[in-house]
Amino acid sequence: MKDLSELDFPETVRYTEDHEWAAVDGETVRIGVSDYAQDQLGDIVYVEMPEIGDIFEKGDEFGTLESVKAVSEIYMPVGGEVVAVNEALVDTPELINQDPYGAWIVEIRVTDVGEYDELMSAEDYLEMLRG
Amino acid sequence: MRYLPHTPEEIREMLAVIGRPDLDELFTSIPAGCRCDGAIGVPAAMTEWQLGDLMGDIAATMTVGPDHCMLVGAGRYHHYIPEIVRSLAGRSEFLTSYTPYQPEMAQGTLQGIFEYQTLTARLLGLDVANASLYDGASALAEGLLMGLRIVKRSRRVAVSTAVHPHYREVVKSYLRPTGYEIIDLPCGADGRTDLSLLQGVDGLAAVALQSPNFFGVVEDLKRVAEPVHDAGALLVAAFTEPLAYGLYRNPGQGGADIACGEGQSLGLPVSFGGAALGMFACRGEFVRSLPGRLVGETVDLEGRRGFVLTLSTREQHIRREKATSNICSNQGLCALTTAIYMASLGGSGLRQLARLNYDLSEYLKAGLVGAGAELVFSGPTFNEFVLRFGGDFAAVRRRLQERGIVAGIDLGGSYPQLAGCWLFCVTEKATKKDLDTVISEVRP
Amino acid sequence: MNGIVGASGLILNEPLLWEKGSKGRRGMSMVAAEVPSAPVDADLCGEGPDFPDLSEIDVVRHYTRLSQWNFGVDSGMYPLGSCTMKYNPKLNDRLAATPEIACVHPMLEDACCQGVLRIMFELQEFLAAITGLDAVSLQPSAGAQGELAGMLIFAAWFQSRGERRTRILIPDTAHGTNPASAALCGFTPVPLKSGADGRLAVETVAAAMDGETAGIMLTNPNTLGIFESNIGAIAAVVHAGGGLVYGDGANMNAIMGIADARKCGIDVMHLNLHKTFSTPHGGGGPGAGPVCVVKALESFLPAPRVVKDEGGYRLAAGGPESIGRLHAFHGNFSVLVRAWSYIRSMGPEDLRQASRLAVLNANYLKARLKGTLHLPYDQPSLHECVFSDLLQHGDGVTTLDIAKRLIDYGYHPPTIYFPLVVPGAIMIEPTETECRDDLDQFVAALKAVVQEARDNPELLRQAPVRTKLRRLDETRAARHPCLRG
Repeated sequence: MKDLSELDFPETVRYTEDHEWAAVDGETVRIGVSDYAQDQLGDIVYVEMPEIGDIFEKGDEFGTLESVKAVSEIYMPVGGEVVAVNEALVDTPELINQDPYGAWIVEIRVTDVGEYDELMSAEDYLEMLRG
Repeated sequence: MRYLPHTPEEIREMLAVIGRPDLDELFTSIPAGCRCDGAIGVPAAMTEWQLGDLMGDIAATMTVGPDHCMLVGAGRYHHYIPEIVRSLAGRSEFLTSYTPYQPEMAQGTLQGIFEYQTLTARLLGLDVANASLYDGASALAEGLLMGLRIVKRSRRVAVSTAVHPHYREVVKSYLRPTGYEIIDLPCGADGRTDLSLLQGVDGLAAVALQSPNFFGVVEDLKRVAEPVHDAGALLVAAFTEPLAYGLYRNPGQGGADIACGEGQSLGLPVSFGGAALGMFACRGEFVRSLPGRLVGETVDLEGRRGFVLTLSTREQHIRREKATSNICSNQGLCALTTAIYMASLGGSGLRQLARLNYDLSEYLKAGLVGAGAELVFSGPTFNEFVLRFGGDFAAVRRRLQERGIVAGIDLGGSYPQLAGCWLFCVTEKATKKDLDTVISEVRP
Repeated sequence: MNGIVGASGLILNEPLLWEKGSKGRRGMSMVAAEVPSAPVDADLCGEGPDFPDLSEIDVVRHYTRLSQWNFGVDSGMYPLGSCTMKYNPKLNDRLAATPEIACVHPMLEDACCQGVLRIMFELQEFLAAITGLDAVSLQPSAGAQGELAGMLIFAAWFQSRGERRTRILIPDTAHGTNPASAALCGFTPVPLKSGADGRLAVETVAAAMDGETAGIMLTNPNTLGIFESNIGAIAAVVHAGGGLVYGDGANMNAIMGIADARKCGIDVMHLNLHKTFSTPHGGGGPGAGPVCVVKALESFLPAPRVVKDEGGYRLAAGGPESIGRLHAFHGNFSVLVRAWSYIRSMGPEDLRQASRLAVLNANYLKARLKGTLHLPYDQPSLHECVFSDLLQHGDGVTTLDIAKRLIDYGYHPPTIYFPLVVPGAIMIEPTETECRDDLDQFVAALKAVVQEARDNPELLRQAPVRTKLRRLDETRAARHPCLRG
C-alpha cells in the first residue's frame, strides 16, 4: 500500500468518510471511490452496481467492490435516483485501480443539492486520513 | 498406541525445552471447574486385529448383504463401481489433503474439481457447476435460498410433492427460521406435478420439481418452464438419479435455471446414504449468487495453465453474515470420485448404461403389470416406477428376500394415500433371472 | 537445502480430461443387454452429455498424475492451524469399505440394518461421553452444518418458549463460519472484542447481553489456541439473561478427556470428525459435524436418531420440537464409521493422551520458534500457536512469502492471515501425530526461511520454485472467471 503522499486527491470532487467521491454537474452527481480506497482494496476484480431507477438516500449502501479476498460496501454520498451506471466496469473493473476519478461508478439525479455541499473538501479529507 | 509417536524420553526432553515439569502442567489455563471427572466413558482400546474381528461380527448381523439383488432406489442407487474408481479415488494424496488453500501444492485436487465442475455442467446442461455441496437434499435447500436471493422481493417457493420426501423435510428445516413460505404442489394421475395452484401466487422466487421424480416419473420440464418464468420465478430442477440424463433431456435442455441433486449414483457406494454428493449447477448469469466453492482456471507466474479457488468473496470466511451460504467445505473426494466415474464411462458409455437401465426397468414394469399389478402413475419413467398389487405383496416381498431379492419399498410411510403402493427400482446390477423370479412370484 | 524433505521429483504433465481420448473408447465394462429394447418417448429424450471417451489406462494415468501434484498428510507435515491435519489411519478406511456395510440401503427396515445402526448408536454414545453432553445427532455433514444445526436448535428453543430473540454474540476469535450460520437462522451476529490476553472478558459479555440476545457462539480453545478460562462465568451471565451457549468444538483435539463441555456451561456443541477423530479431509470433504446437546435441548435435535431398546437398534422419528432433517439420510455415514473405528482403536487413555501430545507439540514449536517469529499473544496456549510476520517487515517479506517458501522446503504452510485479530497471522497446529524429529526439521526449515528473508528476500517473493507450478494469478481468475472447460 502506498504512502498518503503518493496518492491523488483532486480538489474538483468532494469526499466522504467512507472514501467515496462525488462530482456535481448541474442536477446530477457522479460517484466513485477515492485513490486511497482503491489502494487499500488492491486489485479490484468485480463491481456490484445498482440498477438504473433505483432510489437511495444519503448513506445507503448502493453496491460493493470486490478484490480477491475482500469485499467493501460503497455508500451514497448524497441521496437521489440512479440515472446511469458505468458499464465499462462490468468487464474492466481494474479501471478503478488505474484511474479512480475517471472510473465513476454511478450517476444520480440528486434529491437535495445541499447534501453535496456538506461533503468534505480534498483538504479536509486528507486531514481525516492523516488522522 | 501406534498413532502416537512420542517416546517417554522425547516427552521429557520436549517438556524441558518448554520449561514445564509434566504434561498436566500444559493445561493450567483450564480452570478446575471445567475439568473432566475421571476417564472418558468409551470402551478400552482395541488392536487392529480385534477391531477387524468386531467389524466382522457386526457385518455378520446384516441380513441384507452385497449379494442381494436390490430393487430399491428412492434416492440411493446400486450401480456397478469399476475398480479403477475405488483405486484412484483412494490414492492418499487425494484422500489426506485439505481444501486447496495453497494452489501450488494442490493442483491435483484443483484440476480434478475443475474437471468435475465441467462434467457436471455438461451433464446437467447448464453453464456453471460449483465444487459440490453436502448432498442432494441440502443442495435443493440451497437452490431455493439462492432463488430467494436472486428474485427481488420474493418470499415464497413452491416444491412439488413428487420431490423426494426427505428432501422436502430438509428444505423445511433450512427455511423454517427465515419466514419464507413453502407451497406444496400436488401430482396428477400421470405422476407429474400439477402447477395449477400457482395461479395468482405473488412473491414467488422458485418452483422446484424433481425429474425423474420420487415416483420415477419424468417431468416435462420444457412445458413447465414457461409458466414458471412468466410468473417471474426460477425453475429449480432437483434430481436423485442423474444417470437418467444419458437418455432423457437434462435440466438445462428442459429450461431449468438451477439444477441441484444427488451424485451418489455416479460411482459412490450406497453406504447407508453417505458420504453423499450435492451436485449444483446454474445459468451463467447467477454465478455470483452460487453457494459453495468454485475452482477457476488461471495461469502461474510463467504463464502456464493452473487452477485456483476463486470468487471467494461470496463465501462465509469473507462476507461473513452476508455470505451466499454458511458452507465451508465441499464433498471434495466424492466429487472427484464421480468425475473419475464419469470419465471411465464416457459420453458413449453413459448413453449405453442409461438405456440398459431403462430397458431392464421397463422389462420388470411390463412383466409385473402382465402378472396383474397395477401401474399407479401413467407418465413415462426412468429406472423407478410405482405399482399397486391385488394380493398381499408384503408376503411376496418377504419370500423374495429369502431368495436374495429385495423388491421395492412401501410408500405408505411417506405418502399415506399411497399405502399399499410399492416403489421399485432396477439398475444394471439386476439380471433377467432376478427380474423373472420377481415376476413369477407375483403371478397368481 | 540439504537434508530438507522438499525435493523435486519427476513431475509429469497431464492435459485436461477432454483434451485426451477418442470417440468410442471405453474405460468401463458394459453388461450385455439380456432384455429387449423398450420403446421410449422421443419427445423427452436428449442427446446425452458431451463427455470424452477414454480407455481404462487413460483414466488411470490421468488421475495418478494429478495425485502426484497433490500434498497430503501422508506426504508430509501439514501444520495447518485450526484444521487438525493429523494422521488418518488406514484401518478406518478399510472398515468403512466393509462390503456388508458399504452396500446398505438407507430405506430398508431397521431389522435389515442392525449392524450399521449399532455403529451409529455407539458413536452417539462415545461423542456424548467425550463432550460430557447428553444427546447427539450424527446428521450434519460438516462443521458448518453442525453449526447450522446448533443455530436452528437455538431458534426452535426460543420459538417453543414464545420468545423472540434476534442477536447472537460472536467474539473476534471465533471460527469464520459462525456469523454466516447464525445469519441463516435469522440472527444478527454481534461481534465482541477479545481482551489483550486473547481471552473474552466476562464484562464484555455482560455488557452485550440483553433480552434480545439468543446467546453466544464461543470457540474453545479459541482460534489463538487459548482456552477461554472465563467460560464458566460467561455461560452463567448468558444463562442468567435467558440465553444459550454454543460451543464450537472444532478445536476439541486440545481437550479430549481434559475439559468437560457441560461443566463449562455449554448447551450445544458441534464436533468435526474430520479434525479430532482422524477421518481424512479428502481435499475438502466429506467431513462430519455431529451436534451434541444438553438434556433440555434433546427434543430439538435433528431426526431421526438411533435408539436402542429390547427389540434392538432402531431409527426414532423426531417429535414436534425437532428441527427436522438436515440430510436426505443419516449424514456422511462412511465418515462416521471411520470416527467410530478411531475411538475404538484409541480407547479412553489414548484419546486423552492424543490431546496431551497435541498440546505438547504445539507448545514445543512455540518455544522453539519464539524469537524467530513474532508471538503476539504470549499466553499459555493449547493445541496451536499464532505467530506473525512483524519481525520480517524490515526484510520486506510477508506472511504469504514465508508460507510459499516453506512449500519449497517440503511443508504445507500453516494457516495464514487467520485469525483476523493478528495482522499477518501464521497459525501453526502440528497435531499429536508428528514426532519430535519432524518438528525439529520443521523448525529448522522455518528458521532457514527466516534467515533467507534477511539474506535474500527475493527468494521468498519468488517462491515456490520447486513445485509443478509457481504462484498463480488469483486476480485474473476472479476478474475473468473460467469455471469450466
